[in-house]
Amino acid sequence: MSQVKIEESMSDVDREQWLHMYEQMFKIRAFEEQVNELYQSAKMPGLAHLYIGEEAIAVGICEALTKEDYITSTHRGHGHCLAKGASVDKMFCELLGKEAGYCHGKGGSMHIADQDTGNLGANAIVGGSAGIATGAAFSSKRLGTGRVTVCFFGEGALGQGMLYESMNMAQLWKLPVIYVCENNLYNEYTHHSETTAGSMKARAEAFGLLAEEVDGQDVREVHAAAQRLVERARADEGPAFMLCNTYRYLGHHVGDIAREYYRPKAEELKWKTDRDPLKLLSSWLTENKLADAGIFEQIEGQVRSEVESAVEYALNAPFPAPEEVSKHVYA
Amino acid sequence: MSMPEMRELTFGDAIREALAEELRRDPTVFMLGEDIAEAGTTFKVLTGLVEEFGTERVLDTPISEPGITGLAVGAAMTGMRPIVDIMFGDFSGLIMDQVANQAAKIHYMSGGKLKVPMVLRTTMGAGRRSAAQHSQSLHAWYSHIPGLKVVVPSTPYDAKGLMKSAIRDDNPVVILEDKMMYKTVKGPVPEGEYTVPLGVADVKRAGTDITLVATSSMVYVALDAAKLLDEIGISAEVLDPRTLVPLDKQTLIESVKKTSRVIIIDEGYEQYGITAELASVIADGAFYYLDAPVKRMGAMNVPIPFSPALEDLTIPNANGVFKMAKMLCGKS
Repeated sequence: MSQVKIEESMSDVDREQWLHMYEQMFKIRAFEEQVNELYQSAKMPGLAHLYIGEEAIAVGICEALTKEDYITSTHRGHGHCLAKGASVDKMFCELLGKEAGYCHGKGGSMHIADQDTGNLGANAIVGGSAGIATGAAFSSKRLGTGRVTVCFFGEGALGQGMLYESMNMAQLWKLPVIYVCENNLYNEYTHHSETTAGSMKARAEAFGLLAEEVDGQDVREVHAAAQRLVERARADEGPAFMLCNTYRYLGHHVGDIAREYYRPKAEELKWKTDRDPLKLLSSWLTENKLADAGIFEQIEGQVRSEVESAVEYALNAPFPAPEEVSKHVYA
Repeated sequence: MSMPEMRELTFGDAIREALAEELRRDPTVFMLGEDIAEAGTTFKVLTGLVEEFGTERVLDTPISEPGITGLAVGAAMTGMRPIVDIMFGDFSGLIMDQVANQAAKIHYMSGGKLKVPMVLRTTMGAGRRSAAQHSQSLHAWYSHIPGLKVVVPSTPYDAKGLMKSAIRDDNPVVILEDKMMYKTVKGPVPEGEYTVPLGVADVKRAGTDITLVATSSMVYVALDAAKLLDEIGISAEVLDPRTLVPLDKQTLIESVKKTSRVIIIDEGYEQYGITAELASVIADGAFYYLDAPVKRMGAMNVPIPFSPALEDLTIPNANGVFKMAKMLCGKS
């Protein structure tokens, strides 16, 4: 598309939409930086798996969904939750095990669920939510709600049979579900080339799913593909598979600091410098004269202050009372 | 005016009737499993349901136990009430992540926001000459996991009433049906609506000298043993917990307080099994009333062998229960 055409097709609505996506991506970035800080200053119990570097996928896709649509997420799930509309203060509270958290502190970083925003829960079993997402899509179809489900997972889940059983059923029964594979290159500490034979995309195509591969760093590309596939699913035209190529800037989890034994620093630097999703979007907006540097500074400042006050709130929030331990075992 | 005679149904027919009634009552109920539609399952328990309810509600699935269980979990979380059919309890190993890590924990992990109202039907019971991977009784596995309810019915009446309660329950409920009882066990089932609540034990035979706590098909082993004991002047009470989770501890304890002796009989493996848990409950609750050690009888701690000559040795039988009861009552 030539630049002239882009400018012509770009309305104020589009501009607001891209700035909103920038804000959402930056919110995830700032949130995760705070999580890292909480870990390093020993203020957070346990560990967390950060989404930094992959923000364009969660945001590009969730912006193509309605609030009622469902998502299932992963151990690296903070980005998905925020992109689907979770609030940063309840998220921090959950990460710190506080009563005011999304799950009263009983889920923690890897199990944030929020039915008000259609988030059926992050899942700490790799590939563990593929069946759940497919079941949610089954409900939507049977109950005629028109809701679409997005199942997020990393390329590590391509090793799990559950995913293939689920895609098979989704295609057999034409369920409104989109399987989103975030290929950040590493199954924990192992490059996917050591674990994954053949073509990732062809695995979905073998079941007859429509499969698309996108640059997961480019929120515009992710969003455009997501819109097409969501619309298709909503029109009862079947499930799809999206392969999003991306990169995890930091370690498998916050404690994975010395990473040279499995990937070179130069590789990390190259992605951060050349392929950063925030930079790619801001450069495109400024190059097309849709925004100037000032607007990004303004957004970042607002988000940072929201995130900082949420952390403060969460740090001071009370832990659950002891009685909470045996609540909610049964409904 | 004499009461009309209560009709008798087989164990399998009572289950089918419960499922049909709930499918009729609640449009969000649906069933899925391998060969459950036209084939009516390999045990023919569901014959006729697809004709009434159609393939959208009685759904044949791929041979993908983890996948269909996972799909049911997701459907349950989003407004449906799925009933999953897992043909053999031995396939529990295939589905355990979806059951133990997903279904059982979602309500708790979400701080009570999400619910998983699903039923998982599967089978148990040896004696069918089906060898080590189609004969096990693995209800202890499910009973170990907080968040699941576990039902082991022994009679057609209980099977129907407990199934209906399970389907209406807002939690994941696992029902283990002894496949040997589908056709062979018959019993009275009233016409019309009733449910049996989860968590209430039932005295299948009243007695005063010894309590035989028995589950599923072991109830019949215990009843047969009780007849033999009766002949030598020992009065045995046969108590069926009916559900393992929730467990009606009080009724177990009260019975043993009365009889002072107890044998617990269950078809799961004896080691670390259901019998051990029930023995502990009784030892805790009725210790000062006991006149003999709490005894338990489970399946032998071996993979179930194929040969009839060997398989029959692995399951508790009436004669074995009779002998042990006699010994506990001091009659040699």
